[in-house]
Parts: sequence; C-alpha cells; structure tokens
Amino acid sequence: MSPDFLIALTMLTNFTLVATSRVNKAIQLAVFQGILLGLIPLAMGLGKHTHILLLALVAIAVKGGFIPYLFRRALRQVKIRREVDPYVGYTVSLLLCAAGTGLSLVLAHALPLKAGTTPTFLVPAALATLFTGFLLLVSRRTALTQVVGYLVLENGIYLFGLLLVEEMPVLVETGILLDLFVGVFVMGIVINHIHMAFDSTDTRFLAELKD
Amino acid sequence: MALLLILLPLLAAALAVFLKVPAIRVRVLPVTALLHLGLLLVLLRGWRELPQGAWLGLDALGGWVLLVISVLFTICALYAPSYLALRPDRDHRVFTVCLLAFLGLASLLCLARHPGVAWVALETMTLTTAPLIYFNHNRHSVEATWKYLVLGSVGIALALLGTLFVAYAAHMGNLEEPLHYTRLMAEGERLSRPWLRAGFVLTLVGYGTKMGLAPLHSWKPDAYGETPGIVGALLAGGVTSCAFLALLRIYGVVAAAGEGAFARELFLGFGILSMAWALVFMVGQLDFKRLLAYSSVEHMGILVFGIGIGGLAARFALFHLAANALVKSVLFLSAGNIHRSYASKQLPQVTGAIRRTPVSAGLFFLGFLAITGLPPFAPFISEFNIASAALTLGHPIAGTLFLLLLGGIFLTMSDTVMQVVFGVPSPQRVRTPYKDTFATTAPLVVAMVLALGLGLHLPAPLRAMLEAASQTIEGGPPARSGKMAEVPRGLAPTEVRP
Repeated sequence: MSPDFLIALTMLTNFTLVATSRVNKAIQLAVFQGILLGLIPLAMGLGKHTHILLLALVAIAVKGGFIPYLFRRALRQVKIRREVDPYVGYTVSLLLCAAGTGLSLVLAHALPLKAGTTPTFLVPAALATLFTGFLLLVSRRTALTQVVGYLVLENGIYLFGLLLVEEMPVLVETGILLDLFVGVFVMGIVINHIHMAFDSTDTRFLAELKD
Repeated sequence: MALLLILLPLLAAALAVFLKVPAIRVRVLPVTALLHLGLLLVLLRGWRELPQGAWLGLDALGGWVLLVISVLFTICALYAPSYLALRPDRDHRVFTVCLLAFLGLASLLCLARHPGVAWVALETMTLTTAPLIYFNHNRHSVEATWKYLVLGSVGIALALLGTLFVAYAAHMGNLEEPLHYTRLMAEGERLSRPWLRAGFVLTLVGYGTKMGLAPLHSWKPDAYGETPGIVGALLAGGVTSCAFLALLRIYGVVAAAGEGAFARELFLGFGILSMAWALVFMVGQLDFKRLLAYSSVEHMGILVFGIGIGGLAARFALFHLAANALVKSVLFLSAGNIHRSYASKQLPQVTGAIRRTPVSAGLFFLGFLAITGLPPFAPFISEFNIASAALTLGHPIAGTLFLLLLGGIFLTMSDTVMQVVFGVPSPQRVRTPYKDTFATTAPLVVAMVLALGLGLHLPAPLRAMLEAASQTIEGGPPARSGKMAEVPRGLAPTEVRP
C-alpha cells in the first residue's frame, strides 16, 4: 500500500466521523484512523529503522488496543448509544468538514516543505484531521464523543509528526504516546463521575457554573 | 544531582500511595517540600555552569521559576496538614499523591532542556492536577474538572503541534535532533521563518490556554472557584507559571532567530486583552474565589505584557512571577479559610469576615492591597517598572492602557473585597466550627512577609539570576549582543529597585 492511499483513507475517515450519530461507530472510526496512522510510517518504508518500527507497533497497540478497551469500558458503564441533538447538525458538520479540508490545502500551500519530502499530502491531511477533531469537540454534546474529538485531534498531530519521525528522539515520542493513553484514561474516569453525578453524559448539564 | 529534584517528590508520591496512617502520610508533604527547597537552594549556586547538550539542567530562567514554585509549594505543604484535618470526609491519599507528583513534574519542566520533554511534563501535570480539582466530589467540581481537562488537553495538543512546527523549522534549516534550547537559540538564523512563526502562534495559543490568557481562560473561574484554596494557590502560582515558562522557552528561540518583534506584538495584544477581560468580569463579582480567578487572568496578562514590552519590563515580568505566586498563595489560602468558616464563598452570605476570622480576613485584605499594586509589596515594584518601561520604551498607548486597567481593577476588586472583609454581617450567615488557628494562618503570614521583603530588597544573587534569565528569554546571553539589537531603544527607563 502506498502511503498516499492511507493518507487519503484517513481524510475520508474524517468525513464519516462527522456524519455519524452512533457513538459506537464514531469510536470505531477513530480507532480505525489511529491504526491507519500507525501503518503509514511502515508504508513509507521506514520500517527498516528499528526504533520507528517499534514506535509504530506501540502506536497501533495503544490506539487499536488499549484505547478501544477504555472506550468499551466507559460505554458499558454509561449505556449510551446515540448522539442526540448535537449543537451542529450532521449535514452542516459535513459541509464544515469539507470547508476545513479545503482550507487546510490552502494553508499547507503557504508552508514550504523540505525538498524531497515524499508524501506531500501529509501537512494538509494533518491540518484537516486536526480541524475535524476540533469540530467534533465543539459541536457534540456527549462527553464520549468529545473524547473521540480529542483523539482525532491527536491523530492530526501524529500525522504531522510523521514528517519528523526520523529525527524525533524516541524518548519524546514515547512520552507523547503515553500521555495520550493516560489522557483518555483520566477522561474516561471523569465521564464515569459525570454519569454518576448527573445520570447522563450530556455535557449540556455541565453549565451550572457561570458568571 | 539535578535529577534528584525530580525524583525526590515522585518517590515521595510513591511512598504516599502505600502509607496507611493518614497522620503520617500528610506529613510527607511538608517534609518533601522543605527537602526540595533546600536541595534547590544548594543546586542553584551552579546555574551558570549548564553543561552543553544536557537533557536536564538548571539555567537562570528555569532555576528562577522552580525557586518560585518550590517556595509556593512549601507554603502550601505547611498549610496542607491543618486543612486536610478539617476535611476528614475526603480522600486524602489521592490528594497528597497528586500534590507531590505536581512538584516532581514542575521540576522536570523547569530542568528540561528540550521542548519535547517540557511538553510531556506539562501535559502530565495537567492530568495529575485534574483529581485535585475534583477534590470535593460534587456536581460543580466534576463540571470544573471536565472543563479543565478538555480545554487543557486541547490547548496542550496545540502546543505540541506548535513545538513540532518549530522542530520542522529546524529540520528545514538542516539542523538535526536533539534540538536542545541552547542549540536552537545558537543556530537561530537557520530556522525556517514561516514554520517558526506558525509554530510560535500555536504554542502561544496552546500554552496560553494553560496559563489562562483571555479569551482562552474559560476553565479558570470554574476550576479556581470549585477547588480548595490550596489547589487554587498552586494552580494560580504554579501550573500557570509552568505554562508561562514553556512559552518563554519557545519565545527565546523565536527572539534568537530575529523574529522577536512579531512575537512581542502578539504578547502585548494578549496582555491588554486579558487585563481588560478580567476587569469586565470582576465588576459585580459576588463569588470571591471566582474574583481571584479573574485576578489570575489579569496577572497572566501582566506577565505577557511585560514580555511584550521587552528589556527592563521583561526582567520585571519575571520578578512579577514570584510576586504574583506569593501574594496569590496568601489570597487563595485566606479565601479558603473564610470559605471554611462561612460554608459559602458568595457575597450576601459572607460579609464582615474580619469579626469572625480576624487573621484570615486581615491577610485577605493585605493580599488584596498587595496584588493590586500598592507599595511597598513586591507586585508594586514589578507593575511600576513594567509601566514605566512601557512609557519610556516607545509604547505610550499600551502603557497608558496598562495603568488605566490596573486602576480600574483596583476599584472593582475593592468593591467585593471590602464587603467580604468589613461589611455588615449578613443575617443569612451560617455558623461553622472553623476558627483561625496557628497552623491555618502561619504559612500565610510567611508568604505575606516574603512578598513584603521581596518588595523592599532583592538579594544580589537573585538579582544576578533574574538578569541572566531575562537575557535568555530575549534571545541569548549578552556575549552575543548582535542578536539583542532588536530590543526597542528609547529613553533609558529609571528602574525602581526593590
């Protein structure tokens, strides 16, 4: 598989993500996207460096194994199936996602790439995925979908990180992956407490504090 | 040796997990804090000899920030046992462990010589401070925690992207990893400009969210309002200082690359906006903990404003970091005591606190006078010098706005504070068993005395460190003064020395 194909697939996943109302499916899509991203460095032929191979495997294990496990656990506890009545409707979300992707292409055009960078789509894809994550975070009510948005946002950053994957110190990359994992873990615990306190994970209820 | 500063609190945190007896567990806090402070004071002698290419090490800037945090943490740790004794219903184990982990991560951040390591430290700090905000385990605190987590995580994610952009700027200039700050600054000219600028904007927004600069501060009033005063003090003086340091490190690289003017304009804008936003939300603020949160937004604005002016103002912005942390600890801890005594933090219920808790209310009032810039306390020195630098270094409009906003904030804040401290006692007030004791007020008195002392006299070793730190953030040591030419020149401002 060529890396360009995987990157295109990642961008398509963005569109499916903003158009789905089932929480379960949104989680699956974000996990699928995470695994895709884990495969890209291998498709780029970087598997010959042992540390990149190891990091890619760890990334796939974290995003394809541990994080879905945390989500499944949270889902069992809060028993939620659908995102009802989001702040921004699905059609509008889809249009916004398309506009964001277009804007990412324009923005990426303004930033010069080092000569000889192979997958030239990496920067616009990263920005588009980042934007999708943002969109999910601000337009959805359920706390779980907001965590999915955070995950997609991190996927976008990971995608950009691939430009630097050969240079980045292993220490830093491991730290970043670990933080992502712990972040989702802590958010899962808080979601559980939101559910206990409000008997719902709708963040609409989280509006008692204001001036 | 420097590694010990990180390991000591983390090991203490691990110890606190396993300690069964609450009375002993809570004593780990002051013991660790004092050991950390002592060790730091010994190690600080060596801030001039930072080894090249080290991953961890104390320089003037990191040392100064860590000193501020260590002193602040010691004050809070001395206060903690008496506070936790008042809250037997809550989980002390998680609270103690998270507090100690915070100190370890703050040390890691201040010692970090690589932007990636600094980022990991700050992100982990966000996660370990979340359970502290959730201490009260009620609907309000879960709401505050969720907002803190989500906004903090998004902010910090943007900061990561910004850090990667800066790394790519170096990659474009054929600089290879490991990109320590020293190397990034020494090879500043080789960094690609578009990536560096975009990276700076992203880190400013990202770390700015963690600092609580307006309009990215919306987690702040909720988090500070719902946590115990001790956590509020650590957030307002510790976590925000850490985010500020991470931002200053990137700014140092940007300034060394000759893009400082662009960054300073953004700093000025965010500074003025934060102060103005804080002023608006302080008007008629009935909740005195939220009032302190907006005061924190204001002081973060003052910090970046000082950096935006540059030169003398940048040095006093760093001085203000210490002044703000000390006075905020007095304010948050005394507000916490008043909150305990009245079982409320709202105005109609809490009035005339000077009669019920004379020491706490008196300290709260003194803290208010200090934070709003009355002489002879430390914030006066920094605010005066920042304003005078702004007016003499070619920013007359920004300087005037700065002074007007400070005046406005003094007036609006005094409205609420006067009622809380001196108002007529409300008929709705609730009786609680809380009384001011030596243990709940002595740490505050220490902090207040330190804030006063710092306003009267700054010891020479600290002054030298502060000067070196302000040179670091503006792009490099004076030996390479060719890079310093971009600091705006004007009339030499008269410096009021503490």
